[in-house]
Amino acid sequence: MHQIEVKDVIKSFKDVQAVRGVSLTIEPGEFVALLGPNGAGKTTLVEMMEGLKKPDKGEILIQGKNWQKHEKELRKIIGLSLQETRFTEKLTIRETLRLFASFFKLGDDRVNEVIALTELESKEKSFVGTLSGGQRQRLALAVALLNHPEVLFLDEPTTGLDPHSRLDLWNILKGLKDQGKTTLILTTHYMEEAESLCDHIIILDEGKILREGQLHELLDENSHNLDELFINLTGKKLNEEAQIK
Amino acid sequence: MKSIKTNQLYQLTLTQLLETVREPSVLFWGIVFPILISIGLGLAFTQTSESKFHIAVVEKQPTQLDSLLKISAKPTQHKGQTVQTWKVTDKTLGNTELNFLYTDWKNAIISLKRGEADVIISDSLGQICYRFDPHNSQAQLIYMKLSYLMKHPTTVASSDQGRIEPLTLKGVRYIDFLIPGLITLGILNALMWGISYAIIERRNQKLLRRMVATPMKKSNFLIAMMLVRFVMNLIEAGILFFFSWLFFGITIQGNIGALMTVLLAGNIAFAGLSVLVACRTAKTEVGQGWINAVTMPMMILSGIFFSYHNFPDLAVKAIKLLPLTALTDGVRSIFNEGAGWMDIATPTLALSAFGVLCFILGLRFFKWG
Repeated sequence: MHQIEVKDVIKSFKDVQAVRGVSLTIEPGEFVALLGPNGAGKTTLVEMMEGLKKPDKGEILIQGKNWQKHEKELRKIIGLSLQETRFTEKLTIRETLRLFASFFKLGDDRVNEVIALTELESKEKSFVGTLSGGQRQRLALAVALLNHPEVLFLDEPTTGLDPHSRLDLWNILKGLKDQGKTTLILTTHYMEEAESLCDHIIILDEGKILREGQLHELLDENSHNLDELFINLTGKKLNEEAQIK
Repeated sequence: MKSIKTNQLYQLTLTQLLETVREPSVLFWGIVFPILISIGLGLAFTQTSESKFHIAVVEKQPTQLDSLLKISAKPTQHKGQTVQTWKVTDKTLGNTELNFLYTDWKNAIISLKRGEADVIISDSLGQICYRFDPHNSQAQLIYMKLSYLMKHPTTVASSDQGRIEPLTLKGVRYIDFLIPGLITLGILNALMWGISYAIIERRNQKLLRRMVATPMKKSNFLIAMMLVRFVMNLIEAGILFFFSWLFFGITIQGNIGALMTVLLAGNIAFAGLSVLVACRTAKTEVGQGWINAVTMPMMILSGIFFSYHNFPDLAVKAIKLLPLTALTDGVRSIFNEGAGWMDIATPTLALSAFGVLCFILGLRFFKWG
């Protein structure tokens, strides 16, 4: 059984068709990048997989179960970090984590674990309002990891972060990958992020999958990296400013 | 203890409480501001102070007024002009200072337009003629005081022995009218801003969406918000009551159990209304507009600061249907008229039903994402 199965999914907002008949499968333990420029349909596709948006057409199954009938079960096994979530500024990191832990009936032991995992020990008593962008993203990741998720969705987790904070987050995710218990679906427009973290890369543009596969399968003599591949496929650049040197 | 800490309703309530008390503006608007309002309005309407009136005098021929002013008034300076000031002492109603400025017709009209004078006195064949806007209550008062003084100049000296018997019964002072209104207005504002605005802000920050992407029970989220606001409202009302008891001697003449019940019904009504108001929008600007659109008419019409009985009869019937009016009338009747359980049964049931209906409608259309 596939960990995630997306079958011919379509989603429109008024006159705009955000996702146009996407189908894909993701296997357990796989780290998958949904790569594409802004407006490619990455967030819409991921939010449908997260059960936060309903497809107009098509079906999405997680471990063979759909959202309509199995929402309670699926909420317990997924973790997610939405694009631009702002946690309550007047709560501390520990209070925020305790709150979210209570939704899974988890106690302080697990809160301590995720604080250590995301290296937020020195900031655990700080108010969220005082955290830097990188620390906020680490908090979002800590919240997403609280319930030992079997499927983890991260929507542009490093957008707007400085190179150092981005590398910190990548290291945490690499540690998670080494454990091999989590399937990760990550949206990004940074090709280095996809190359560095993911086994499987899905390139999206204008709501359609342009190409998918492992990195070595996607590259050839005409496309030496993902950016070149994207230019060859669409005639436009993926993201000029995002490259980490 | 571990089971409580991992209980989501406990954690939602605790974090909501922490968030509320860590916001300094909550303490100011919820506690300090109502006390300041009660001090300001309480002092303004309970102190007997000196009333000052300004009268422009335009005469072609001398009148009875001139001879009276010669005896009773003294020339003083007011804003660079010499005026005749007549001070009338009255221990019961407060002292009155009448300032007469002799001027021409053109300047008298300008003074009236600028609000520097309320009445123009002129003569008509040696007789006094009062000219003023009959809808101006200040001008009416000057006319009545002055015409009385003209007719009975000799009683002026003994006016402090007059026949007015000051009524000092508890419950009839303006402050007795005001405090119950401030308590109910505080409940309305605290719930509308504390719940509606907080929901809209969380939706705007995508925090609501993040929370419902977990196994959180949606009803627990709203119950926690309401619980915290109910407790805060009880504390805020208690502090305001304690202050008004200490400084103005306000007491609760009716049944305290009935008071708590009607206050709880008011909390249910406005909590339901706040969920309904916040059920869809994610824009804080739109939310502020909605909250103001709901609270402002009630704040003005429901008899918080002044009685709504001055409105036309048809309007009064509509005003009585407003939830803030029902709550305020109920609370005021317990404070000032000694009302009990039976007297507040109808408003309590009506408010509770209104709150539950709004809550159900709000949940029906509630947008979590």
